[in-house]
Amino acid sequence: MRRPPVVVKMVGITKKFPGVIANDNINFEASKGEIHALLGENGAGKTTLMNVLYGLYRPDAGEIYIRGKKVIMRSPNDAVGQKIGMIHQHFTLVPPFTVTQNIILGLRFPKGVLKVEQAEKRVVELSKKYGLKVDPRAQIWQLSVGEQQRVEILKALYRGAEILILDEPTSVLTPTETQDLFKTLRSLAKGGATIVYISHKLDEVIEISDRVTVLRDGKVVATKRTSATNKRELARLMVKREVIFRLKRPKAKLGRPVLEIKKVSALSDRKLLALKEISLSVCEGEILGVAGVAGNGQRELAEVIAGVRKAAGGKVIIKGEDMTNRSPSEIVEAGVGRIPEDRIGMGLITDLSVKENLVMETLQDFSDRVFFFPKGVFLNHAAIDNHADELISEFKVITPSKEALTKTLSGGNLQRLILARVLARNPKILIASEPTRGLDVGATEYIRRKLLEQKKGGAAILLISEDLEEILTLSDRIAVMYEGKVMGIVPARKAKIEGIGMMMAGTPLSKIKG
Amino acid sequence: MEILTYTFFVTFLAMTFRMATPILLGTLGEAFCERSGVLNLGIEGNMLMGASIGFMVAYFTGNLWLGVLAGAFIGMLMGLLMAFLSVTLGARQHVAGLGITFLGMGLSFFLYRLFVAPEGGVPPTITPFRPIAIPGLSGIPVLGPTLFTQPALVYIGLLLVPIVGFVFYRTTFGLKVTAVGQNPKAADTAGINVFRIRYLCLLVAGALAGIAGAWFSMVQSSQFLPGMTMGRGWVCIALVIFANWSPYRILGGALLFGGIDALQTTFAALGIAFPYRILQMLPYLFTIIILVAVARRATYPAALLQPYRREE
Amino acid sequence: MRILWPVLSILMALGIGAILIAAAGVNPLTGYYHLFYGALGDIHAISETLWRFTPLLLTGTAVALAFQCKFWNIGAEGQMLIGATVATFFATSFIGAPSWFLIPLVIVAGFLAGALWAAIPAILKAKFGVDEVVTTLLGNWIILYFVAYLVEGPWRDPTSMWPESPAIADSAVFPRLVSGYRIHIGFIIAIFFAILFFIVLRKTTWGSQIKAVGANPRAAGFMGIKVTRVLITVAILSGGIAGVAGVNELCGTHFHMKGLGFFGGTGELSWGYGYAGVFIAMLGGLSAIGVPLAAFFMATMIQGSRAMYRATGVPSPFFYAMEGIILVCLLLGIFLTYYRIRRVKG
Repeated sequence: MRRPPVVVKMVGITKKFPGVIANDNINFEASKGEIHALLGENGAGKTTLMNVLYGLYRPDAGEIYIRGKKVIMRSPNDAVGQKIGMIHQHFTLVPPFTVTQNIILGLRFPKGVLKVEQAEKRVVELSKKYGLKVDPRAQIWQLSVGEQQRVEILKALYRGAEILILDEPTSVLTPTETQDLFKTLRSLAKGGATIVYISHKLDEVIEISDRVTVLRDGKVVATKRTSATNKRELARLMVKREVIFRLKRPKAKLGRPVLEIKKVSALSDRKLLALKEISLSVCEGEILGVAGVAGNGQRELAEVIAGVRKAAGGKVIIKGEDMTNRSPSEIVEAGVGRIPEDRIGMGLITDLSVKENLVMETLQDFSDRVFFFPKGVFLNHAAIDNHADELISEFKVITPSKEALTKTLSGGNLQRLILARVLARNPKILIASEPTRGLDVGATEYIRRKLLEQKKGGAAILLISEDLEEILTLSDRIAVMYEGKVMGIVPARKAKIEGIGMMMAGTPLSKIKG
Repeated sequence: MEILTYTFFVTFLAMTFRMATPILLGTLGEAFCERSGVLNLGIEGNMLMGASIGFMVAYFTGNLWLGVLAGAFIGMLMGLLMAFLSVTLGARQHVAGLGITFLGMGLSFFLYRLFVAPEGGVPPTITPFRPIAIPGLSGIPVLGPTLFTQPALVYIGLLLVPIVGFVFYRTTFGLKVTAVGQNPKAADTAGINVFRIRYLCLLVAGALAGIAGAWFSMVQSSQFLPGMTMGRGWVCIALVIFANWSPYRILGGALLFGGIDALQTTFAALGIAFPYRILQMLPYLFTIIILVAVARRATYPAALLQPYRREE
Repeated sequence: MRILWPVLSILMALGIGAILIAAAGVNPLTGYYHLFYGALGDIHAISETLWRFTPLLLTGTAVALAFQCKFWNIGAEGQMLIGATVATFFATSFIGAPSWFLIPLVIVAGFLAGALWAAIPAILKAKFGVDEVVTTLLGNWIILYFVAYLVEGPWRDPTSMWPESPAIADSAVFPRLVSGYRIHIGFIIAIFFAILFFIVLRKTTWGSQIKAVGANPRAAGFMGIKVTRVLITVAILSGGIAGVAGVNELCGTHFHMKGLGFFGGTGELSWGYGYAGVFIAMLGGLSAIGVPLAAFFMATMIQGSRAMYRATGVPSPFFYAMEGIILVCLLLGIFLTYYRIRRVKG
């Protein structure tokens, strides 16, 4: 059988950013009618490589050949001209626009006047041809995520794309929608399109791709025919180490439950139900890890406990007292330490100084009576300065001074700052949301160590993290959240990855065998 | 004299359309730039400069239309300044707009004193725009004097309404403007130059505000008085929200406010005593009430007030 | 950097101002000489400048306080007028009352009136999310016309040529500080509020909360600060201080409540001081030290422009034009810096 022609050929692509080489002399090619997967962990360089192909980045070295001809991509317009379409992880759709309006946005029309009916007809044609069912008049905000993705694909097809790049397309899809997508991709490939499929999910890569290229730390590690490899081999290529999960962990000395969440329901920002009568409890001296794909209610759970989101139903009980819907100050007073997910937007006030951020949660504590003014009016600056100095040295926050503006600190130090503020009060209960997200190895290790210290000291810790490795490393018990409910709670020692994966994808524990 | 007479009614209607014009022009312009995501708080300053410079040019050249053009031009310059501050430099739009307003307020007065009317003298006047009767149509009862016997600027304002509507809803440019205001990142990815669109919209807004200003000193009165716009620019800003950025509703809102102004003027013209100061208070009070009523429902361009930064 | 840009923009604007003076056919150096000498050249001039400084310091402080919380209070003009109106009511009704009673009464009444008037846009913002720039601004016009209604109608003094209220009681007049000069106890009151601003911002928990809410309301709420409460209390204090500015003008300068001013959109009594307060707050970098300096600078500009006009004929709205030019230069300066920093980083 004759080999299909090579449509995309990238030779020696190198792309550097300050401090990191995202793509290091990469060779990549894809043929007509092929679904070629780009596999790698977060940060391996997959998206960067495709951004280069799509003209969003200019490579520092290397060449691109499309259909045998060398091309220079100066912008996405050039890529579209070469019949390349890219569907990004985060959709670039305009919510109040209709499907058709989104598809024709940016296209030229004669005399600048839109011909909407004509466009709608073509949209319907295309959607029928490739099985991408969508109503051309529907407004984007009304569509499900899967439908929105179809619009993105139609956008590319409408412009004549023959090469399609999809970046982690299933991260926001349900299993059914994923199968629909695969059907569409196969149909497109049969019709002669070339598809590059970026993913970190082994199962999908095995299922959908013809060939797979594995990237690690910016370099190509291997390119194989999918039928000639298996999950274990791919995993090993991706990660290069036998995945070791379990740290030596002291057996938890459990006390009473100090944080109890009983049938709590809450709405998300979009006024949909994000928490559906969820129940959890955490005991003194244990770390309960909450795992799950982001967007299944974890953020809302943390916010309800923290006192910044209203619980529409149920109870939050702290140390035996009903603290449902109390103010953040009362919750902090009750001995709860909160490490929020959004460091810069919620956890810190970056335009204020380090010193001020360390004391802002509990200003009353740094205030005395002055003349006839009661405690709480005038600040005791000396006390604040002392406190700040102590914390900065104890938690090794690297900052030019305590007066420095918080926005000058690096990510790891921002987290140390929050940790310092929180742990200074010796909280009996800790809520940590994504505590090591975006941090380097050193900072990550430090934060995790601190959490374990607190646990040893008898604190009850609720750890919410997307990083499954982190959950498995630190937790005593693991709860998996899916669509606002707990799918199951398992002791960490006995947890099996496949089981947790299935719960994360929607299967309740009771339905999992073994 | 009774109120419910034919003369009163017709005078009132004609006045309404006249007095709605500056608000109409200013609001249409503001709708443009807000639709693209920029709140132009400098509109009051724009208008004053348009009134002042326009008047001065008309006074010196004897040509009213040159004055209007000058007003539009100076308005565009101020729009350009606003664009530079808020689009290119990313200044907070509230603050940038206030700066422009202050600039307009001060300069309009100073330049007027400098070039045309030193203190203590008699304020110079020009012959303002006279109503132009459209042959044939102006003879129709009621509609004739109302719609077809108006100074030129009124016709321009009315014509702009369907034009702006067409641009917003049926052209590629309008689609781009709306996209830029709703989701600049999506627009950028679609190959649209967000900065250029916003600049263009601010230029349009500035020009229209300048022409609106010219109305004050060249249509409604025959001279320039410092601060003569009396806060109409702010009414425009609120009106954009009230009308949900739709040109036809903007016309409706402008007529409403024009009507209140007209009521006061008509009473005065017909010699009817009425606590007209209270009437003058009403547009502003109304505007606040409307803002509150609409606050929850308003579908703001999602990217309003946010400077766009492209991450490379 | 907080000091650099205001000073630089003043210098830049003075340069542009020189062009304006030249356009009037006057040598800029002569013009500026008369300006500064006229404002600060002798004791009499300085006292006049300080007299002008008083309401400016008050409105500048009022606005700076609100801006610290990112509550864009552009309504100082209206808050001044309503403060003066309520004060007029008491000062014209209690004719026989002694000074030690009447003066504190009118000050408190003016403060409360201004506070209430500012609280309304604050509540509208907190409860309905309505933008306070527009509501405070529109509020100015509402009060303006209401005052015009009062002094042209029910409150009109039949014995006077102009539309104004009857004179306030003699005992309500702010006593002069030094006989022979116009400067009066309002100056002390203004200094008092400026010091209060300093203390609140630097030394109280409330002050820290104000700064926190201004910088990041979401994070402030997370850290337990009651954002709505902070917003409304700031609005109240801000409006109150502006209201006192109005009382200052009533009892120290005009002695009658007056109607529309010669600039459209300002009262004869408030004179645009409310809007100037916005300018002063921004030029002063919202700081308790910068605001008095900026207010003094503005007072110098106003007095100096008049002196310059008398001596050289350069139109007296010179200061008004300079206000706008300085502000735009300031904005350009500040945001050009941010822009260049971002370009270097990115």
